[in-house]
Amino acid sequence: MKESFKARIVAGDVLLADGAIGSLLLERGLAPGAAPESLNLSRPQLLEEIAGLYLEAGAMIIQSNTFGASPLKLSHYGLADKAAAINEGGVAAVCRAVGERAWVAASCGPSGRILKPFGDTEAEQVYESFRTQMQAVINAGADVVCVETMSDVNEARLAVQAARSVSASIPVMATMTFEPTPRGFFTIMGVSIARACRELEDAGADLVGSNCGNGSAQMVAIAEEFKKNTRLPLLIQANAGVPELRQGKVHYPETPEFMAGLAGAWLDAGVAVIGGCCGTTPGHTRAMRRALDEELKKHHGHTSS
Amino acid sequence: MEILSRIAQGLEAGDDAAVPQLTRDALAQGIAATTVLDEGLIAGMNVVGEKFRVHDIFLPDVLLAARAMYAGMDVLKPLLISAGVASRGRVVIGSVQGDLHDIGKNLVGIMLKGAGFEVIDLGNDVAAATFVEAAKSQQAGVIGMSALLTTTMPVMKEVVDLLKKERLCGRIKTIIGGAPVSRDYADEIGADAYGYDCAQAVEQVKHLAAVVS
Repeated sequence: MKESFKARIVAGDVLLADGAIGSLLLERGLAPGAAPESLNLSRPQLLEEIAGLYLEAGAMIIQSNTFGASPLKLSHYGLADKAAAINEGGVAAVCRAVGERAWVAASCGPSGRILKPFGDTEAEQVYESFRTQMQAVINAGADVVCVETMSDVNEARLAVQAARSVSASIPVMATMTFEPTPRGFFTIMGVSIARACRELEDAGADLVGSNCGNGSAQMVAIAEEFKKNTRLPLLIQANAGVPELRQGKVHYPETPEFMAGLAGAWLDAGVAVIGGCCGTTPGHTRAMRRALDEELKKHHGHTSS
Repeated sequence: MEILSRIAQGLEAGDDAAVPQLTRDALAQGIAATTVLDEGLIAGMNVVGEKFRVHDIFLPDVLLAARAMYAGMDVLKPLLISAGVASRGRVVIGSVQGDLHDIGKNLVGIMLKGAGFEVIDLGNDVAAATFVEAAKSQQAGVIGMSALLTTTMPVMKEVVDLLKKERLCGRIKTIIGGAPVSRDYADEIGADAYGYDCAQAVEQVKHLAAVVS
């Protein structure tokens, strides 16, 4: 029997989540421009391999390759009718790889549509799309749902509510992506951290926070701002910096050592779940594991894993 | 002319009822359609684009402003056509393959239309060959490419390389833009121009179109 995720969060433990999937898939032959989630059906062993790498690196929460697997998002690739199978396949691959040794978090990203009145898409359509995805990932055995990289808080709410409608008890994490502006941090849709906290909590999220963005240094400031605005546990998944192209190759500037150097800052900020986003690798996870264990020894006189 | 600045202000406020009405009022005052377009609608949209770039306003404001701009353009279009305002040329635009982000690209498309170009918008996730095929079949002089993701930027180089291979560089010019894109990158891959923001992109396309035609 797997440990209760919620119990560990309530106990105030700091849990380590995994890093990026997409870049590892590109290294393994995913064609640029193809739907990464299609591999859940055609090459699920790749997803098992990647989950295994992060598990071995010390991650306690492993995400499924289902970020863009809502039917609305998949419709861009003509794969909407395969949404249930793609979501189930993504979660099942991680379940097979990690067994009882880690929690399986079902990743759920934006629909790619803009809701009315600013765009052309009805809220009902987006909600139904998320519901299809949530049903599939929860049925397939996800331990946690992770709504992420949201910029429209109304869309994030629909995703959280869709998860809640499928399961009243499954822990739901929700993160949004913020940019620095002269008036503080906002999403591109103009959502402040204070508003994100209020609306996501109201929609039924158990953990809130931020992912993606402009690197981990800025994420510390974002985490501190979250802490001022909510009592919910925090989830932070930073990019390994802002990517640059060097001789045609994508390069992320933040090394595992650099990101691990912030372990103390995350503990000080009171973050409950710390993981990586774009550009992070199992190497980053391993370095963070080591740094977190050392910091936790200093903070509490015991390690968390 | 006070009414033109009111049009620009209405556009900034995203008021898609006021903008077409003010556009009609301006025409009734005897102001030329091209002046209403340049000094009312385009001037307003330039301000919106700049405010968005410095995070003074956010995407919803831009989307509403764009809607108001279209409402105003609908009033002007028949007049511009009957006045025989010549097309400045055709431009093929799109977000490159792997990139589903199209806000910046759409904004540039709107501004290009306003500036008198015929815009063929291929949407997002556009493959290199598709850009080149469309430019050839539509006889467009300029290809405009946008990327928000660093990972998709190499597609821009593919387009430039493909044009070189097909010996089309003289006839079809390229311009690139998007958050991670830089002038250095444009120089590195041999693109003809780089648009730092929407207004600059339109200025650059004007230069390129003049060279091509």
